Amino acid sequence: MNKLIKYVLYDIVRNKIIVAYTLFLLLLSIGLFHLGGSPDKGLLSLLNLVLLTVPLISIVFGTTHFYNSYEFMELLVSQPIKRSKIFLSEYLGVSLSLSAAFGIGVGVPVLLFAPGATGLFLLLTGIFVTFIFVALAFLASVITRDKAKGIGIALLLWFYFALIYDGLVLFVLYSFGDYPLEKATLVLTALNPVDLGRVLVLLNLDVSAMMGYTGALYKSIFGSGWGIAIAFAVMVLWVLLPLLSARRVFQKRDL
Amino acid sequence: MRNLSNRIVVWPACAFVLLLTSLQAFGGTLKVCTTCAYTSVKQAVRQAKAGDVVLVDGGVYLESGIEITQPIRLIGQNNPVIDGNNSGQIITVSSDNVTVQGFTLQNVATSYTRDDAAIRVRQQNNIQILNNTILKTYYGIYLQYSDGIIIKDNVVKGENVGRTESSLGNAIHVYYTDDVQIIGNDVQGHRDGIYLETVKNSTVERNTSHQNSRYGLHFMFSDGNAYTHNTFRRNGAGVAVMYTTNVRMEYNVFEDNWGAASYGLLLKEINNSVIYNNTFRRNTTGIHMESSSRLDIKNNDFERNGWAIKLMTTCIDDTFRLNNFTGNSFDISTNGNAQHNYFEHNYWDKYTGYDLDKDGVGDVPYRPVSLYSMLIERVPPSVMLMRSFMVDLLDNMERVLPSIIPQNLVDEHPLMKKIDHDNNREFKQNLRQTASAPWRER
Repeated sequence: MNKLIKYVLYDIVRNKIIVAYTLFLLLLSIGLFHLGGSPDKGLLSLLNLVLLTVPLISIVFGTTHFYNSYEFMELLVSQPIKRSKIFLSEYLGVSLSLSAAFGIGVGVPVLLFAPGATGLFLLLTGIFVTFIFVALAFLASVITRDKAKGIGIALLLWFYFALIYDGLVLFVLYSFGDYPLEKATLVLTALNPVDLGRVLVLLNLDVSAMMGYTGALYKSIFGSGWGIAIAFAVMVLWVLLPLLSARRVFQKRDL
Repeated sequence: MRNLSNRIVVWPACAFVLLLTSLQAFGGTLKVCTTCAYTSVKQAVRQAKAGDVVLVDGGVYLESGIEITQPIRLIGQNNPVIDGNNSGQIITVSSDNVTVQGFTLQNVATSYTRDDAAIRVRQQNNIQILNNTILKTYYGIYLQYSDGIIIKDNVVKGENVGRTESSLGNAIHVYYTDDVQIIGNDVQGHRDGIYLETVKNSTVERNTSHQNSRYGLHFMFSDGNAYTHNTFRRNGAGVAVMYTTNVRMEYNVFEDNWGAASYGLLLKEINNSVIYNNTFRRNTTGIHMESSSRLDIKNNDFERNGWAIKLMTTCIDDTFRLNNFTGNSFDISTNGNAQHNYFEHNYWDKYTGYDLDKDGVGDVPYRPVSLYSMLIERVPPSVMLMRSFMVDLLDNMERVLPSIIPQNLVDEHPLMKKIDHDNNREFKQNLRQTASAPWRER
C-alpha cells in the first residue's frame, strides 16, 4: 500500500497543478497578511479564502484525478491487490498531497506572521476540509462512470456546502426566530464542516466578543478541551462517512 | 448665556481664593512628624483652629477616623502615607473651605453598611482635594450633598482582580453635589471610575479611567455637565450614562472596551446633548443609543469597532455629521424600520460610490446598515453565519436593491475621503454652505 501511495504521489507531483496550487496559496496568504495590517485581520481574511477555495480546489482536483487515473486503477485491479487498498491509496495520495500544498502555502505564512493557537486552528481546519472534500470528490466519482456528470455532482456538493447550506440555515433561523435556537444552531453548525471550521477559528479570534449569547454558548462548549475534541471528532466523522461509503461502492461495482 | 454663567462662577471663586489666602496669613502652622510636637495627624487636626495649616512630613502614619471640623489646610510634605490599616474611613471632612493635598492614603476595607472611603466630604462647600494617591480602598473619594469641589491630579488605584462587582466601591463617587471639577485624575481598579449621581454644572476633564470592573464613567440625572479630554480604556463595560440632558462630551477617547457586554459609550435617555471630536477605538460597540434624542454627534472617529453605532429605534432626531467610520465590522445597526435620525457628510470606508463632479461628496447615497446586522438584531443565533460567504453575498445584493434594511437610514451625501478633523476646516465650511437638508443650529 505504501508503494501504491508513493506512485500516486509521484504521479500528482509530476503534473505541476499541485505546485501551482501551493504557489497560489502562498502568494495569497502573504498578500493578505501584508494588506491586513494586524495579524488578526490577516487571519480573518485568510479564513474566508481558505473556506471558499480549499474545498473547491480539493473537490475538483479529487474528481478529475480519480477519472484520470481510471486506467491505472483498472490495471491494478487485474493484479492481486485488494480493491479497498487501491481505493485508499488513491485517496491518501490525493489528500496528502493537497494537504501538503496547503500546509506549505498557508502554514508557512501563518507561522511567520501570526503564530499561535488561532493559526493552528486555521491550519487544522484547512487540512480537515481538504480531507473531507477529497472524500466527497471520490464519492461523487464512484457514483457515476461519466466524467462530466461526476464533476457536475462534485461542483454541486461544493456549492451546497459553501453557499446553499448557509442560505438554508438563514432561512430556517429566520422562520423560527421566535423560538430559542441556540442549541439548534450548534447542531446546524456540526452538519456542515465548512461552518464548523469557521466557527472554531472565529471563537479564537477577538471577533468572538461580538457573537453575543450564541457566541458565549459556542465558547462554553468549544472553549473546553472536550469541546474541541468533540468538534474534531465530528470533522473525522465527516471524513470517514463519505470515504467509507465511496469505498463500499467502489468495491462492489463493475469497473 | 454661557459667558454670563461662567462669570457667575468665576467671581465667587476669586473671592474664595482671596479669602483663603487672607485666612492663611492669620493662621498658624501645625507640624506633624515623628520628632515634632504632634506625632499623629489626628492629634494635630483636632488642635487646629480655623485657618491653620497642618503640615505633615514624610513617614507612615497608622491612623483612621481623622475628622476635619475646622476650615484648615491639611498638607502632606515629602509624600506622607496615612495607612488606615483596614480600620475604617481615613479622612472625613466636616467643615467648609478645607484643602487636603499631597498624601498617600491606603488600606480601607470593604464596608457594606458604612461605605468607607479614603476621603469623604459630607454637606460641605469649597473643598479641594489635590495631588493625593489613594491605594487599596473601598471607595476612593466620596462626596455627598456638597458644593464647589475641586478634585485634581489624584491617583486612585484599587485592586479588583478576582473580586466581584458588589465588593468594590467607586474611585470617585459624587452624589447630590454641584459645581464639581474633576480634573487630571487617574482612576483604576474600582467598580466605577467616576460616578456622578444628581450632579449639576460640573466639569470632568483630562482624567484617565481604566481597568475598572464596571464603568469608566457612570452618571445619572446629572444635567449640564461637560466631559472633555478624558480617556476611558479597558473598563469592564465601558462608559454608561443615563437620564440626563445638556451634556457636552468632547475630545474623549473610548478605547479597548472589548468584551461580550462592553460598550465604548452607552447612552440611555440622554437628550439635547453634543458629542463632538471623540475617538472610539476597538470597542465591541462604539456607541449604543437607547431612547436618546436631539443629540448632535459630529467630528468623531470610529475605528475598528465591532459595531460603530447601535441605534435603537427609540432614538429620534439625532444628527450624525462629519464622522469617520473606518474598519468597523458593522457601521450602524438598528432593530427596526422606523428611523427618524439624520445622517450626512460622514466618511464610510465601505462606501463604494463615485464622485463625478469631484466636490468630495459621493453622488450615490450610502446605506450604513447591512442586512446581516439587521438579521443578527432580529435573530441573534444567526451569528453562526458570521463571515460566511453567503452573508457577504446577501449584504451586497441588499445594498444594490434595498428591501429589508431601513429606507430612511441613509447618508445622502457621504464623503469620498476620510476627514482630517484638524486640517479640513475649509472643506467642512464649504459643505455647510452647500448642504441642502436642514439641521438645528446650536
